[in-house]
Amino acid sequence: MAAVLARDIFKTFGETPAVDGITLTVADGEFMVLLGPSGCGKTTFLRIVCGLERQTSGDLIIGGSVVNDTPPRARGVAMMFQSYGLYPHYTVRNNIAFPLRTQRIPRKEIDGKVEWASRLLGIDRLLDRRPRQLSGGERQRVALARALVREPTALLLDEPLSNLDAKLRASARLDIKQFQQRIGVTTIYVTHDQVEAMGMGDRIAVIDHGRIRQVGTPTEIYDEPADRFVATFVGTPPMNLLARGGGCLGFRPENFLPRDMIDGGHGGITEFSFRVDRSEYLGSERIVYGVIDGFDTQVITARLPPAHVAEESIRPGEWHPFAVRNSALRYFDNDGKRTSRH
Amino acid sequence: MQRAIGIAVREVSFYAAVALFVVLTAFPFYWMLITSLKTNPDLYNVTNIPFWFNEAPTLEHFKYLFEQTLFARWLLNSLVIGICVVAITLLAALPAGYSLARLTGRGGEALGIGIFLTYLVPPTLLFLPLSRIVAWFGLQNSMWSLVLVYPTFTIPFCTWLLMGFFKAMPIEIEEAAIVDGCSRLGAFVKMVIPLSLPAILTAVIFTFTLTLQEFVYALTFISSSAQKPVTLGVATDLIRGDIFFWGEIMAGALIASIPVAIAYNSFLDRFIEGITGGAVK
Repeated sequence: MAAVLARDIFKTFGETPAVDGITLTVADGEFMVLLGPSGCGKTTFLRIVCGLERQTSGDLIIGGSVVNDTPPRARGVAMMFQSYGLYPHYTVRNNIAFPLRTQRIPRKEIDGKVEWASRLLGIDRLLDRRPRQLSGGERQRVALARALVREPTALLLDEPLSNLDAKLRASARLDIKQFQQRIGVTTIYVTHDQVEAMGMGDRIAVIDHGRIRQVGTPTEIYDEPADRFVATFVGTPPMNLLARGGGCLGFRPENFLPRDMIDGGHGGITEFSFRVDRSEYLGSERIVYGVIDGFDTQVITARLPPAHVAEESIRPGEWHPFAVRNSALRYFDNDGKRTSRH
Repeated sequence: MQRAIGIAVREVSFYAAVALFVVLTAFPFYWMLITSLKTNPDLYNVTNIPFWFNEAPTLEHFKYLFEQTLFARWLLNSLVIGICVVAITLLAALPAGYSLARLTGRGGEALGIGIFLTYLVPPTLLFLPLSRIVAWFGLQNSMWSLVLVYPTFTIPFCTWLLMGFFKAMPIEIEEAAIVDGCSRLGAFVKMVIPLSLPAILTAVIFTFTLTLQEFVYALTFISSSAQKPVTLGVATDLIRGDIFFWGEIMAGALIASIPVAIAYNSFLDRFIEGITGGAVK
């Protein structure tokens, strides 16, 4: 296990930059999530870390040594692919044993480790099957076992849950996080799904157009977004933004509540007149869409707890007094960067 | 009622079509078999019905073929040539097809098509320049000249065939192997080759049958009987002047075509998989 350091990594394909200067430190044993829209360069960065792509410039340091020109097999990292990349002509046992065999580890030791990894993931009864005889969830576990079995310096996961159905995804999310914590392996996890990112990451790096927009804990990313991109990319529905003066003012939908639900507290509140256009009842929450007086063109969302909201305070077509605590307001300047105040 | 007639008509026309194709493909074999078993007087009497025996069948032609001609030697020559050409072709086409599919990016496709086009240049155009090369190697009048020349048309086709197949193979499997500790060559040997067996088998059958049926180069480069492959031997040594040894010719053709027919039929499904697997990408 080792820390992974990337310093000014650039990668261009022809003219197009895929990775545009990424500097990132992943501490030993940390679970780092790279979050960004598709095509933002996060997978390319991951492929550079494991050595399947060579960066155009910049340094990559794994476990204290520069590995720019080290071939993938000598980096000691394990990668789990989006489509798993299981070896279809091998049994599950041989799939898991493969990374050990290439290192010429004695047979007895291999058997022991395969046993350990398959027990860990609960696939020990599948060892003699072939990948095509497995369900999606089982395949995912085999791929994870194959990645973990040789105790890699770093574990790289490229959208590992995207081929699973929603229900399985939730449990697999929990599983991966648990294994990672138990083994304590440095992990870089690529996803475009913010639920995965928020739920699993020790820290999240939000990436857009090949650049890191912000690195921080899930709380930091959500509560203190560094710029407008992060503010609107993370969170469903995204942060509301109101153009004001030279910049804009942002607040999360769950902080935008009927006036009578908010007490002033210290710091005070900012009041808005909100015209409700439409509301969606989702069971645990109610999403309300409308416009704020003076900003007619922009749809504003509010996320309300259904049990505590009186029907008459969100009647469609009418103006209602809404408010946000001043402590929940975020300000962004003209370039979209976060500023302290306006 | 009308529907029943419609179904009947459809069934009948379907089986009629099938029967037509069966006759079309099986008739040459039937003709070879019956001709090779007829006595000469039966064969040359024009008043006889040609489709069935008018005299008792005989194994005379087969006996003559094996005892009085070098037929067994020709078969062996063809087999040796076929095996050598298959080996050379695979040795060149596997890495070439893989490189074109994976390593050269966009130019790979154009290069692949270019290589395939060379397959379309007819042997009648090439045997003159190739005869210089054969002479330069000192292989005139030797079956080894064919081992040298046949790969010029088998390698392009097989490279193209294998390239299509490799392109269709998910690249993650090789990449996983590379991250798991293989070199690219190791990933190729351990993952790509076992997984492309259908395509490799197609390439083998195709190459083997091409070499077995080739005629122009063999005729050009070889004149002594002991060096001839079976196609050439049957056609040149069993036609003397204007006398055709029809019984022996048909017996020889039958024996030479049976292994090919068996190979095609037993591997037909994989053969189709190999060809279409590449075609649809």
